[in-house]
Amino acid sequence: MFLFQIITIFFLLFALSRVFLRAKGGQIKTGESFFWGVVFTAAGLAIVFPRELTSLANSLGVGRGADLVVYISIIALFYLVFRIYVMMENIRHEITELVRKVALEKKTK
Amino acid sequence: MKTFVIIPAYNEAETIANVIADLRRFGYWDIVVVNDGSRDDTGKIARRLKVTVLTHVLNRGLGAALGTGFAYAQKTGADVLVTFDADGQHKAKDIKKLLDVLVKKNVDVVIGSRTRQRANMPLGRRLLNFLSNVLTLILFQVWSSDSQSGLRVFNKKALECINIKTDKMEVSSEFFKEIRDNHLKFAEVPISAVYTAYGMLSSKQGEFASARISWKLFLRLFR
Repeated sequence: MFLFQIITIFFLLFALSRVFLRAKGGQIKTGESFFWGVVFTAAGLAIVFPRELTSLANSLGVGRGADLVVYISIIALFYLVFRIYVMMENIRHEITELVRKVALEKKTK
Repeated sequence: MKTFVIIPAYNEAETIANVIADLRRFGYWDIVVVNDGSRDDTGKIARRLKVTVLTHVLNRGLGAALGTGFAYAQKTGADVLVTFDADGQHKAKDIKKLLDVLVKKNVDVVIGSRTRQRANMPLGRRLLNFLSNVLTLILFQVWSSDSQSGLRVFNKKALECINIKTDKMEVSSEFFKEIRDNHLKFAEVPISAVYTAYGMLSSKQGEFASARISWKLFLRLFR
């Protein structure tokens, strides 16, 4: 096993432990913890079994396993950016609603 | 007819007193200043002049301030709502022209169009205003000769069905979306506009702001 694989596996184990602790502490929902658990586990499997990953990539019409990881990561990142954008818009709207409520309740003349 | 004049204001301490005095001179007493998180004395001056002041504890933008004004007018049962800029670029005497058209032409919304002063406008800003008008037409299928004008009059029907969602300056174009979606009738009336150096800077209606509005409207095309 290469040094890169060992370091990455340790990092992924650390990330998985954080997911477990946050889920246990109730800071993230069960669905979210499952999602992140699957993401980090899949990343770990891809690192430990690079040949199998390349076979999977070939069966999907992609040349190398690393390319497949990059493609999937880019798609996932774009989706996450979109989710964060929607979330930010909602927060922005909620702040305005709150500011408006306070303004109407504390009107002066 | 209960007519409310809503003035969205952000750091307009220099002009707000004159704007309120001008409105009172023409008989508009139901004045509501929405102090949008100003860091200067805008709120203090408005309170001293005994107008209704709604204070945003944080600056939320023109759209949010107008939305608060609309919510207040809806809550207090206004028959007519006038939106009026705080930077002193509008003249209170023009409101009557808009109100007359609202009643005589039996429309729901009247926009004050600053077309007369177009020759005085800097070329860059004129082009960007035109671009905003074109984008408003493409996005909302409503043509306005001055889609970014801050002087508008709404009747009770419009007041009840318009629902402002945007917080920033693109609200001026959003009104046209609401006009289209709610099948409101609208008309335009030429008005005067005072372009002072202060107004150009403080109301953020300079070329940069117009460019930003145009850009935001352009982005809406891809939503």
